[in-house]
Amino acid sequence: MSTQLNSKIPAGPLGDKWSSYKEDVKLVNPNNKRKFKVIVVGTGLAGASAAATLAELGYQVDAFTFHDSPRRAHSIAAQGGINAAKNYQGDGDSVHRLFHDTIKGGDFRAREANVHRLAEVSVNIIDQMVAQGVPFAREYGGLLDNRSFGGAQVSRTFYARGQTGQQLLLGAYQQLARQIGLGGVRLFNRTELVDVVTVEGRAAGIVVRDLTTGEVTSHAAHAVVLATGGYGNAFFLSTNAMSCNVTAAWRAHRKGAYFANPCYTQIHPTCIPQSDEFQSKLTLMSESLRNDGRVWVPKNPDEKRGAAEIPEEDRDYYLERLYPSYGNLAPRDISSRAAKRAVDKGLGVGPLKNGVYLDFADAIARLGKDVVKERYGNLFDMYERIAGENPYDMPMRMYPASHYTMGGLWVDYELMTSIPGLYAAGEANFSDHGANRLGASALMQGLADGYFVLPYTIGNYLAPMLNKAIPSVDHPEFKAAELAARERFTGYLNIGGTRSPDWFHREVGKIIWDYCGMERTEQGLEKALSELPALYDEFKKDLRVTGSGESLNQTLEKAGRVDDFFQLGMLMCRDALERQESCGGHFRSEYQTEEGEALRDDDKFCHVAAWEWSGDPMTAKRNVEELEFENVHLATRSYK
Amino acid sequence: MSNHLKDIILKIWRQNGPQDSGHFETYKVDEISDEASFLEMLDYLNEQLITDGKEAIVFDHDCREGICGTCSLMINGQAHGPERSTATCQLHMRKFSSGAEIVIEPWRAAAFPIIKDLMVDRSAFDRIIESGGFITSITGGAPDANLIPIPKPVADSAMDSAECIGCGACVAACPNGAANLFTSAKIAHLNLLPQGQAERYKRAESMIEKMDEYFGSCTNHGECEAACPKEISIDVIALANADYRKAKLKNRKFISRI
Repeated sequence: MSTQLNSKIPAGPLGDKWSSYKEDVKLVNPNNKRKFKVIVVGTGLAGASAAATLAELGYQVDAFTFHDSPRRAHSIAAQGGINAAKNYQGDGDSVHRLFHDTIKGGDFRAREANVHRLAEVSVNIIDQMVAQGVPFAREYGGLLDNRSFGGAQVSRTFYARGQTGQQLLLGAYQQLARQIGLGGVRLFNRTELVDVVTVEGRAAGIVVRDLTTGEVTSHAAHAVVLATGGYGNAFFLSTNAMSCNVTAAWRAHRKGAYFANPCYTQIHPTCIPQSDEFQSKLTLMSESLRNDGRVWVPKNPDEKRGAAEIPEEDRDYYLERLYPSYGNLAPRDISSRAAKRAVDKGLGVGPLKNGVYLDFADAIARLGKDVVKERYGNLFDMYERIAGENPYDMPMRMYPASHYTMGGLWVDYELMTSIPGLYAAGEANFSDHGANRLGASALMQGLADGYFVLPYTIGNYLAPMLNKAIPSVDHPEFKAAELAARERFTGYLNIGGTRSPDWFHREVGKIIWDYCGMERTEQGLEKALSELPALYDEFKKDLRVTGSGESLNQTLEKAGRVDDFFQLGMLMCRDALERQESCGGHFRSEYQTEEGEALRDDDKFCHVAAWEWSGDPMTAKRNVEELEFENVHLATRSYK
Repeated sequence: MSNHLKDIILKIWRQNGPQDSGHFETYKVDEISDEASFLEMLDYLNEQLITDGKEAIVFDHDCREGICGTCSLMINGQAHGPERSTATCQLHMRKFSSGAEIVIEPWRAAAFPIIKDLMVDRSAFDRIIESGGFITSITGGAPDANLIPIPKPVADSAMDSAECIGCGACVAACPNGAANLFTSAKIAHLNLLPQGQAERYKRAESMIEKMDEYFGSCTNHGECEAACPKEISIDVIALANADYRKAKLKNRKFISRI
């Protein structure tokens, strides 16, 4: 067991930990804040909110995004909503209940103290976003409206039509834009992180590549925040945006940051099924649809009739049957596996028999088409554009797809990685969702980290460093990292093989999906761990990148990202192999109850696996942080 | 089941950097499923180009769900192509037929210089938002979210404007290269809400004047509304103009008092 994994959880009762932390935390005088520079990489919800708030406080902030504008970050694509324990509906919600639902939803594999803090600040997030002008949905009386999401028995989800992520991101982006206009933040757009640099064991800065010119440069700071999102694109086909990648987190991992629970990936139950081999990505349909849509498959695998012609007695509403108290709102991991089993049994629907129905006929009959349109209109339109079928007339077809990654850089209570001065926020860290994230909690966590956690915890690190100079970008560590980055990119151009980065991405993604996707086995994972290094060798010998390194080259960008996905894929499989239990999104076929539900092994695996780089992902060292549950009872998760 | 389109001819703008003069190149896609999206067709073409040892065509894209606003493209002279209220990434090949000839160009506007091939620089949009497209609200000081009831029609109108994805189709479609729809959508979103009142006139003034530094003038053609993938109404331009006028008046009064 490692002694280095100190989660720094404050002492005291659970409900007092965050307030007592804030009372004791070291502060930086307002006039001294401008002496500190912080680099924030990524401008999604976590990155934009952190950069804006740190600049408001007076720190010098340099923000980096590989997009053309901070507003493009993938947080923008979140549809359904954001949770907060406001109890505006008077339906029995509370901070404790949100905390408890999140811990349970995460299958008891998250840290109690972090999750409780998340639930506490959730209420501040809504206040903050409304003050910024986020146009959340409202009732006729003018007060805020809520909807329900999976894994909860209260209505605590705030939403802005089917575009909640867009509205929240634009809110955070506008706060960031204000600071850019005021000079508090310097923005570097179309600039991608290619390495993290440490000097004397502390984060000293980053090495970046200007995507338009190919120029590699160094940037130094007193602290570095990585808010660079998740690694769901490791599967190639996912609901993530095309450019989402693991490079920033992976490069930090290679410099000594531990990578926690990489096998915890979330497969979202309601995505539009794949239609052909050209498909570049999958499109998610918000979980909010399950508020009114009913999931079913025909009982007969040879069913030939159209959905509307199939009578009730020949339909299996399997979620309502198996999980009567949560029904169609069973959590994501459970709903996804149930869909997979139905399709595996040959009950799938659609031309490729690769989906299940999500049916709104009852909702339309009960509420009227107008109400359904008001609630889900834009989602229905999007479905029709992609699938070419009108969901008002026939049920949607859905199948699970990779969507979110709960694993990520290991962080302590202060969101600091195992490298002092290097922080990870939002989806890039591992901390709050355990082995499965509840719907509408990703937006909550990104904004909690950026607005309400990091601004306190970074001060605690910086305060003792007053008047300490920023490391020079001429330091040998920076120069060595720049050289390595240049050589890496020139190397891809010089291989001169026959296969494109996309070809390799598709192949590596398929291996990870087949063996480390919705269901995993020891045999499959071992197979993946023999196939991945072989394919990686081929990648290094047979990659073809056309064009040059001196002007914008998307093929070259992709090569670097795929390289890192290979290495991460090996670590995901090793993590999945070592975790000999099932929990949340990690389902090992060998470990299940008689009813086919995830079977945890709390005696052996009630811990976080934090992997330490050793020079090769196949030999990375597994460190352990034990999880202690003092406030919730470790129970078998039941949604029946 | 999907059908396959055959012999698609693509005339695509290639320009090797901002200083290059650029030219059209013709490519042929022999066969593609009608289930493929327009950008998946370009992916497929790029794979072929890489296989042939040629440089892939550069184009902006990311979420492929019509929400991030990264994708662009003039397709047969129309911003985001032939399907109304649809961004390029959500356009599917079932909208085209075999043998089709498709001309693909980048956004054409002086304020959006070409970076390479089909990719342009839309940073001027960010400069406009930085000049006033926000509500000043320091983190931590917000009152309870339900303290200010907002009538549903007001919240809904604000949301209609806030749906803008910042793609730039409005500018590309405008014969004047004006950004009034983009700028006014943000002004309307924030100026309609009670939270936005304190900075209402300052916002209208500074955003519109920042816009004028980069973009052409609006002469009410309405092409922007027709091209907008989010169907933002040009009514927002009227609102922004009214607020701008009031802003100038108020500022003059303020000056006269000094």
